[in-house]
Amino acid sequence: MTAEYNEVLERLGKQLEIIAGDKIKFDESTDLVEGLGLDSFKVLDLLLEVEDEFDISVPMNVLTDVRTVKDMAQRIHELGPKSA
Amino acid sequence: MTLFSKFDSLAQDREALLSVGFDPFGTPIEEVYSPTEAKIDGRRVVLAGTNNYLGLTFSPECLKAAHEALDQQGTGTTGSRMANGSFAGHRALEQELSEFYNCRSTIVFSTGYQANLAVISGLTQKGDVIVIDADCHASIYDGCKLSGADVIRFRHNDPEDLNKRLKRLGDRACDALVMVEGIYSMLGDRAPLQEIVDVKKAHGSYLVVDEAHSLGVLGETGQGLVEETGLLADSDFIVGTFSKSLGSVGGYCSSNHPELDFLRYTSRPYVFTASPSPSVIASTRAALPLLRDGNHLRKQLWANATKLYNSLSELGYQLGPEVSTVVAVMLDTREQALAFWRGLLEQGVYVNLVFPPATPGNKSLVRCSVSAAHSEEQISAVCEAFKNLRHLAD
Repeated sequence: MTAEYNEVLERLGKQLEIIAGDKIKFDESTDLVEGLGLDSFKVLDLLLEVEDEFDISVPMNVLTDVRTVKDMAQRIHELGPKSA
Repeated sequence: MTLFSKFDSLAQDREALLSVGFDPFGTPIEEVYSPTEAKIDGRRVVLAGTNNYLGLTFSPECLKAAHEALDQQGTGTTGSRMANGSFAGHRALEQELSEFYNCRSTIVFSTGYQANLAVISGLTQKGDVIVIDADCHASIYDGCKLSGADVIRFRHNDPEDLNKRLKRLGDRACDALVMVEGIYSMLGDRAPLQEIVDVKKAHGSYLVVDEAHSLGVLGETGQGLVEETGLLADSDFIVGTFSKSLGSVGGYCSSNHPELDFLRYTSRPYVFTASPSPSVIASTRAALPLLRDGNHLRKQLWANATKLYNSLSELGYQLGPEVSTVVAVMLDTREQALAFWRGLLEQGVYVNLVFPPATPGNKSLVRCSVSAAHSEEQISAVCEAFKNLRHLAD
């Protein structure tokens, strides 16, 4: 993985802690719904935070193919996130 | 995993719900006495959760029109307008709604839900972009899904946030469809329409205002938030429903954009469903002038809403942010809300029970909707029931 991807992963992790709570443990393979206990609207709220953190537009539709933390990080990486 | 595994957790949740004696999400209404009274679970109750804002469901004019249409045109259209044709009443109601909004054209749909599905999926497709308020109704979310367009949410009632997200879209913003509601169904708050219009104009986007809960409720002639704010001309499409203030069932979209009429050929929720039955159309047509000329009803409605909201606020309940015809009490847990809902029914008051994730802020709601037809005594009875159950909210 590239340094850019790893940076995305790290920043995404901070957003996940805000939405799911900092006591929850997760890695790239964690399922957003089953692993982090996010319901459908919490996942959408995560998207709002992600858009602001990375200054990108992430259409809700991308969630169709997103199940894990890694899936989400890859989508963000593909959309060309701005630096922190 | 089997086909039916997905229902396992729902089955458990339903067991808890049924502990109150019947399903609160399908409450058996044994008899209906008036717009504000019915028999539930063997007792006469005040209906305070039916969105019957103007109380027109038993209006003599509407009943007479429906009876006549039933006798003259039969019980149903038995199919879609594309296949079975448009009845005179369908066309007349569309003309009357266009005159009501002083706009070029209107399409009538079979339900309010289908109106949103049809308009959103008809106007947009894969490659387009829709920007919706985060608290928009499920019909708007479902319309977005059906369209295949890219869907971006903005933070509820936050024009600055909308502006930020449109800005990120770059050149695509000028063709974006922005969706807001006149009054939001969960907490009863209005959209800040002037600021939203300013933002959409700055980006050249298109605006859809869903007046489902504000038709008949806001504005001098009951057009909704677009009239109250003087922004009808700045709203590209008005969507609404007949099932609340107009006391029947159905939906509509009105617009000055000539392209609206193409939805009659391309929009699947319009093309592939049965059209509204003649009696439904007739009662809706009879209700429309009553709504338009119903300032006395709106005055009574808002007096009732203000009394209920202020009384519950004084009792220390956590409510929506402003006085509204939707008065929602927010509770922390489902169990609390269920006990509350059952307690209200035992005290002779029917309201709505709403659970997350359909609610803002992950709260459970017992949601009242006020009617112009509620008497002072009925509103007092609702307040009294909430007072008696106050301990359940702690």
